[in-house]
Amino acid sequence: MPVVELSYSSLQKLIGKSSKKQIAESLPFLGLDIESEDKDLVRIEYSPNRPDYSTDFGIALGMQGLLGIKIGSIKLKIKKSKQYSISVKPDVAKVRPFVTGIVAKNGKIDDKTIKQLMAMQEDLHFGIGRKRKKSSIGIHDLDKIQFPLVYTTTDRKHKFIPLNSEKELSITEILETTEVGKDYGDLLANSSKMPVITDANKNTVSFPPIINAAVTTVTTKTKNLFVEVTGINKADAEDMLSVVATILQSAGFSLEIVKISGAKNSTPKLAERKMTVTPSLINQTLGLELSPSKIVSSLKKSRLDASVKGKNIVCTIPAYRFDIFGPMDLVEEVALGYGIQNLEPTITPSQTLGQTNPVSLQLKSLNQTMIGLGYLEALNSSLTSKRVLYEMANREPKTIISVLDSKSQEHTILRDSILPGLLENVSKNIHESYPQKLFETGTVFSAANPISETINLSGISAHQDANFTEIKSVLQSALKTGFDLDIATKTTEHPTFEKGHCADVVINNKAVGVIGEINSKIIENYKIRVPVVGFEISLSESILKSL
Amino acid sequence: MLSQVFHDIEKKIITSLKDNQKQTPENLENSTNLSPDQIRRGIEWLKLKELANVEESKSSIISLGKNGKESLEKGLPERRLLDLLKTKSKLSDLQKELGPVFGPAMGLARKNNWVDASADTITLKNPPDVLPGEKSLKQVGDSKLSVSELDSDDLAGLLRRPDFVVEEVVKTKQISLTEAAKSINLDASSGGIDVEAKVPEVFVARTHPLKDTIDEIREIFVTLGFSEIYGNMTQSSFWNFDALFTPQDHPARELQDTFYLDKISAKKIGTPDQIRNVSESHKKNWRYQWDINEARKMVLRTHTTCVTIKHLAETKPDEARVFSLGRVFRNEKVSYKHLVEFNQIEGVVVGKDANLRNLMGIQREFYKRIGITKIKFWPTFFPYTEPSLQTMVYNERLGKWVELFGMGIFRPEVTKPLGITKPVLAWGGGIERIAMLKYGLDDVREFYNNNLSWLRSATKCQ
Repeated sequence: MPVVELSYSSLQKLIGKSSKKQIAESLPFLGLDIESEDKDLVRIEYSPNRPDYSTDFGIALGMQGLLGIKIGSIKLKIKKSKQYSISVKPDVAKVRPFVTGIVAKNGKIDDKTIKQLMAMQEDLHFGIGRKRKKSSIGIHDLDKIQFPLVYTTTDRKHKFIPLNSEKELSITEILETTEVGKDYGDLLANSSKMPVITDANKNTVSFPPIINAAVTTVTTKTKNLFVEVTGINKADAEDMLSVVATILQSAGFSLEIVKISGAKNSTPKLAERKMTVTPSLINQTLGLELSPSKIVSSLKKSRLDASVKGKNIVCTIPAYRFDIFGPMDLVEEVALGYGIQNLEPTITPSQTLGQTNPVSLQLKSLNQTMIGLGYLEALNSSLTSKRVLYEMANREPKTIISVLDSKSQEHTILRDSILPGLLENVSKNIHESYPQKLFETGTVFSAANPISETINLSGISAHQDANFTEIKSVLQSALKTGFDLDIATKTTEHPTFEKGHCADVVINNKAVGVIGEINSKIIENYKIRVPVVGFEISLSESILKSL
Repeated sequence: MLSQVFHDIEKKIITSLKDNQKQTPENLENSTNLSPDQIRRGIEWLKLKELANVEESKSSIISLGKNGKESLEKGLPERRLLDLLKTKSKLSDLQKELGPVFGPAMGLARKNNWVDASADTITLKNPPDVLPGEKSLKQVGDSKLSVSELDSDDLAGLLRRPDFVVEEVVKTKQISLTEAAKSINLDASSGGIDVEAKVPEVFVARTHPLKDTIDEIREIFVTLGFSEIYGNMTQSSFWNFDALFTPQDHPARELQDTFYLDKISAKKIGTPDQIRNVSESHKKNWRYQWDINEARKMVLRTHTTCVTIKHLAETKPDEARVFSLGRVFRNEKVSYKHLVEFNQIEGVVVGKDANLRNLMGIQREFYKRIGITKIKFWPTFFPYTEPSLQTMVYNERLGKWVELFGMGIFRPEVTKPLGITKPVLAWGGGIERIAMLKYGLDDVREFYNNNLSWLRSATKCQ
């Protein structure tokens, strides 16, 4: 989950009429988790579906509603003008077809604001921008740009001075040498044409979705901003713009329209939507009996507008709340506005009778049997390593089922056997007193259209006098007591076991596993100083009864 | 409290010491017929029980040296001189007869005024019957005697002379009974054993502590009317993500969060209706090109919700309470708070009147039954539920609120495409977190270390 760092004092200033304590206590009820606090500073985790919470301006808007300081929806006031425009050339259609934008004037820009805007931009890029693939933003110093602008394409030789550089670089150089170029260049890999926004003086303003030009860099001297969003989908680009516009307006900027035309592009409306929800859906879902007017006031506290129309509630949703898909999302907005802390849990008698899965029941009985035989239950991961499963256990892999890009060396392949893990366990406990007797029941995996999952039982006994007779007695007794099954053992060879001390476990003429004295080479490799015996059988094949 | 039960060795030593109050270990060996080692242990035990005093002392042992042994046989040199003087008096004769010992013998005799000496003759004057040293010499003889057994004045002269006597310092122990021991009635305590003594440790065989928690949680939900369903740990992305309204380009679906199985795809992922409806819902709401090949990719399930949603899609119940419990996987770096593989329980309530407060009520009841009463609910976000809440429970040991189960009502975007028409309340979360609270652990890895010292000592009944 994304995290935003902000200060209580600035939040307090933005919210008005609120104490630090009140704010801290209310943050969780906006769905914001306080990750850490240090005096005035607070780090807050917010949900990726609410990118407006990526700045203190956005959080302040929500908090004002929750505390009842300012309620109802935030209206974007966008001044109409003909001063700013972007015309789109058809050649962008194949690479990054859509652009949209807005102008924000006369705001106060200090270091803190710049930092916040940068953080918001990064979060938007990562989340709803899907790492800039769907949409990406450029924020520029308006006064360094000569309108009208053109959104067009160029070739890879095109040169300009990119952000954080002092000299001109070609697009090829940008993609090959700069960090952002290397990170996001893949998004343009399929195209020979490169998207650029250029101004009336033919200066490059932006090379989306990679980098802005250095000339338009926003500094503390910047008064007016130009924001452009490009993307592969018009609605997504406008969604992103609506978040930025809302935040900039709450930060004190006056918005002005940027006219967009050409190649299926058009000027963004950032308009509100209407959505109807019935009080019965709300009350049924929440288990409440709220009056229509209570519903309306709750929605307003969630910074939406609402009114009663006949039997329905008609809700007005500002553009930046594109996380609202349908009426069920409005139910949640009512719950938040009403206050989750005001929802009293209730218990209703169950209409159904509970039942443990028969497999769970049988496994539990088998566990008790193994415990009765003096065996301690171990638990190992199903995702393990070639080292444990094959190298140390002296086994030859059949078909290995591996996962991609595991962050842990110890967890790269799915186990096809439990015994190797138990051997590893005994090796990690050589300083503990003997006898050591362990067992485990668990899922093992094998490749079969696409994967078969079965349950195995494995046991291991390590002590000075461990021998074949002992372990066979144990397995024989476990299966007799557990399932009234008789076992036979038939001489076999298995690389994990000592030759001549190893047998197939046979039940009803079918081999279901293997038993024996562990190969002395394995014991030596694991530096275990006592003999070890063990077995592993498949329970799924003929033992566990499922309904 | 002292134990009044005695070992046979202790009994024999006590009996002997009652007869003879101070004895050395050697004496005790003789009087009890026990071996030196048995005596040593017996004394040690009695000392620990404060029934025996052990006084250690040093003493000198005297034996004869080379000159002493010669004197024992022939007499002290001065005795030999005095004896000769009875028949002879000429200096040269005496010198010849006595050899090198004449000088010292003569010196002593003159010093003690036993003789008169002129230029070349010596005559007896007034010698005592027994000369100094003769008594000790005789007493010691061929044996070794303690200094205390000898006349110290008599011995002093011999000690000063070269190699007449050898003095060794030895440590000796004297064992005696304490006052408490003297009153012990050995007959009364016969036949018992030392029931208060420490005994060797034995270790129980037991279920794994985490399994105990899993079983407890399973049982609680069964008693709350839920039935357990099983499902595979390997799942197609379709059920793990797509059916749960998680768009195919969502960050949670990326390799760094989810374990994809290498080169394994599912051929059959759902019915044609399910696939069509789910893909339509994605296209309409998330605005992207839904790709069936992405949905076919096999993953290690990231939650057990895939099992319940599949079950609901297959059974389409009007009324149901089911849960799924088992291992889930996240591609994370293993740390004290993260595992790549852990257990999750996830359950659903289906019913036309199912509502959020019921869901909260079931949660509250569950926590109450595992002993957690301080809980609260906070709003949160999950892609497949709306509204969504999380339970915060107060951890007394850490003194802070920690997040436990998440919950919510399945979104219509999830249920409708799969033909589920009634509201579905869903809840779930990691079991290790609850087990950590229960066992007071701060490191979740402990559950899978199979460290015998912990498994053998973790309290079974919580």
